[in-house]
Amino acid sequence: MTGMSKTLFDRIWDAHVVRDEPGEPALIYIDLHLIHEVSSPQAFEGLRLNERRVRRPDLSVATMDHNVPTDGGPVTDPLARRQLEALRANCEEFGVPLYATGSGREGIVHVIGPELGLTQPGMTIVCGDSHTSTHGAFGTLAFGIGTSEVEHVLATQCLPQAKPRSMRVLLRGTLQPGVTAKDVILGAIGRIGVSGGTGHVIEYAGDVLRDLSMEGRMTICNMSIEAGARAGMIAPDDVTFSYLEGRPAAPRGAAWERALDAWSELRSDPDAVFDREVEIDVGEISPQVTWGTNPGMVAPVDSVVPSPSDFADPERRESVERALAYMGLEPGTPISDINVDRVFIGSCTNARIEDLRVAAAIVAGRHVSDGVRAMVVPGSAAVRRQAEEEGINRIFEEAGFEWRQAGCSMCLGMNPDVVQPGERCASTSNRNFEGRQGRGARTHLVSPAMAAAAAIAGHFVDTRELAALE
Amino acid sequence: MRPFRKLTARVAVIDRADVDTDQIIPKQFLKRIERTGYGQYLFFDWRLDENGDPRPGFELNNPAYEGAKILFAGRNFGCGSSREHAPWALQDYGFDVLIAPSFADIFRNNCIQTGIVPIVLPDGQVRSLMDEVDRAEGAEMTVDLESCTITAPSGATVEFDFDPFQRACLLEGLDDIARALGHEDAIAAFEAGHPSPIATTALP
Repeated sequence: MTGMSKTLFDRIWDAHVVRDEPGEPALIYIDLHLIHEVSSPQAFEGLRLNERRVRRPDLSVATMDHNVPTDGGPVTDPLARRQLEALRANCEEFGVPLYATGSGREGIVHVIGPELGLTQPGMTIVCGDSHTSTHGAFGTLAFGIGTSEVEHVLATQCLPQAKPRSMRVLLRGTLQPGVTAKDVILGAIGRIGVSGGTGHVIEYAGDVLRDLSMEGRMTICNMSIEAGARAGMIAPDDVTFSYLEGRPAAPRGAAWERALDAWSELRSDPDAVFDREVEIDVGEISPQVTWGTNPGMVAPVDSVVPSPSDFADPERRESVERALAYMGLEPGTPISDINVDRVFIGSCTNARIEDLRVAAAIVAGRHVSDGVRAMVVPGSAAVRRQAEEEGINRIFEEAGFEWRQAGCSMCLGMNPDVVQPGERCASTSNRNFEGRQGRGARTHLVSPAMAAAAAIAGHFVDTRELAALE
Repeated sequence: MRPFRKLTARVAVIDRADVDTDQIIPKQFLKRIERTGYGQYLFFDWRLDENGDPRPGFELNNPAYEGAKILFAGRNFGCGSSREHAPWALQDYGFDVLIAPSFADIFRNNCIQTGIVPIVLPDGQVRSLMDEVDRAEGAEMTVDLESCTITAPSGATVEFDFDPFQRACLLEGLDDIARALGHEDAIAAFEAGHPSPIATTALP
């Protein structure tokens, strides 16, 4: 860093240093700790064993998302039930607010934080979940941690951290019609690579972001971890502020005015120096489809499945070979010739109201292709209510989609929503790892628009040419 | 966390890039609320077939690697999900040291917290040590965290870098929560000077 100029990341970091001694990681303060059932039970148990309390239950909040069935029925899996009950008991014992299933405020942890107004610019936010990077869309420093660190934050509201390096991903140009935030981040990961951001906090910049909704920005920041980055962030602006205004936890009255003043300062100085810079022309990005077993194995919908021989690096070539064998794909196959068995619209990447509106606009008046099973899983109970008020659920149901309760659902198959072995799923989630959606499941990551179009056509379709659906 | 100083043990090699934590421990085993007992689920879908029999082609089923406590891996090992169950499973299975050209950030932190030593070596060095292990079947290697050296089966010594603070934590098996609680005054002073942005998470 030169002189006094600071990046947005520097600003937030500096404002949260509790203690910084040479030879030790800094101790940084955490403004908001989000908790779910999977990564927390051992952390609470650690507190009990050491007779420690939760330092700031008022800055901690829990929900149930990973394990919950989305068919509205009871939790029949005894292990899942025990884990959900453990969360309920732990929250009660330690005084942590819990938005449990049925409370009306439940949902995927990264969907409810923003919609309740708990996620606010300039904050530090952690959760035992790698997609915590989502909250960076509001100009926060938000990152995933492991269970031991969850215990640390519960006990101290702080976390020892070596400061990551900074990286700016400058998005130049404007999007082609039919191309969305999901395509931008998939295209970016394809270029940066799945470890291209390791050790860095990414700040996304560029005029194209100003035109994106908070939903779109969250989609981009959400997948920062898929590029290996510690966190992703976008400077807040009027779009951010109007999203937050009036939400339950947002400041009101004079406090709102003071907050706006402070939030308006949250940006990188024009001469701020980043440790790494990457530029991407978003005008060149087509709708994207992953063909492999990590999010960096991605191609434009108007291209073909690559061949291992396209890759010079032997390690990479071997990964591609293994991925194509798992995915059951032949090199040279046009992406648009790939048929799908399942379609999943959901997850912390793409289950917000705007995502559902975009998908509904495509399926309206059409029907899911024969042999395709398609489902829409709203990101939260509130998103579900909103969609029902707008009649979006009817559009999906009339088109043959299943309309489900909120949860992580088929993104990770920790609940009854799983893809069967060998089935091919067009999914708006974030990970196409082997077995992620179920053992032997073949996942293709796409945008909500691309998923909707694939459900109707039965194969991938270029969302820039939707007339092809007729 | 038990301290780690020095280890002489057999070595296993999983020569694949970008191994994600969904492979290290698949999601169906994350529903348990205990911290122990995950070793039997390590690389479950890669290690075992649909009938629960070992897949002969998978690296950890190679008899030459039996009893290994040191694991060599490809770049970006442990990418993806933040599940600490991944290092718990590796440790419970028997691995105390991981050596790779790079690790994913959250996974690396989780290893340190668990007491696993994640060592980064340049690509070429990892490659030549992997080759040496596979030539000298069942050979042992020594990893010394105090001197930051690895002694290869050939007797050659390789030095590695390790963050001095994290090294001290592993050597002593320190509880970093106790250390942070020792800075209570600093935390309380920070809180006094920085009113929280949100009044409470308990919304009306």
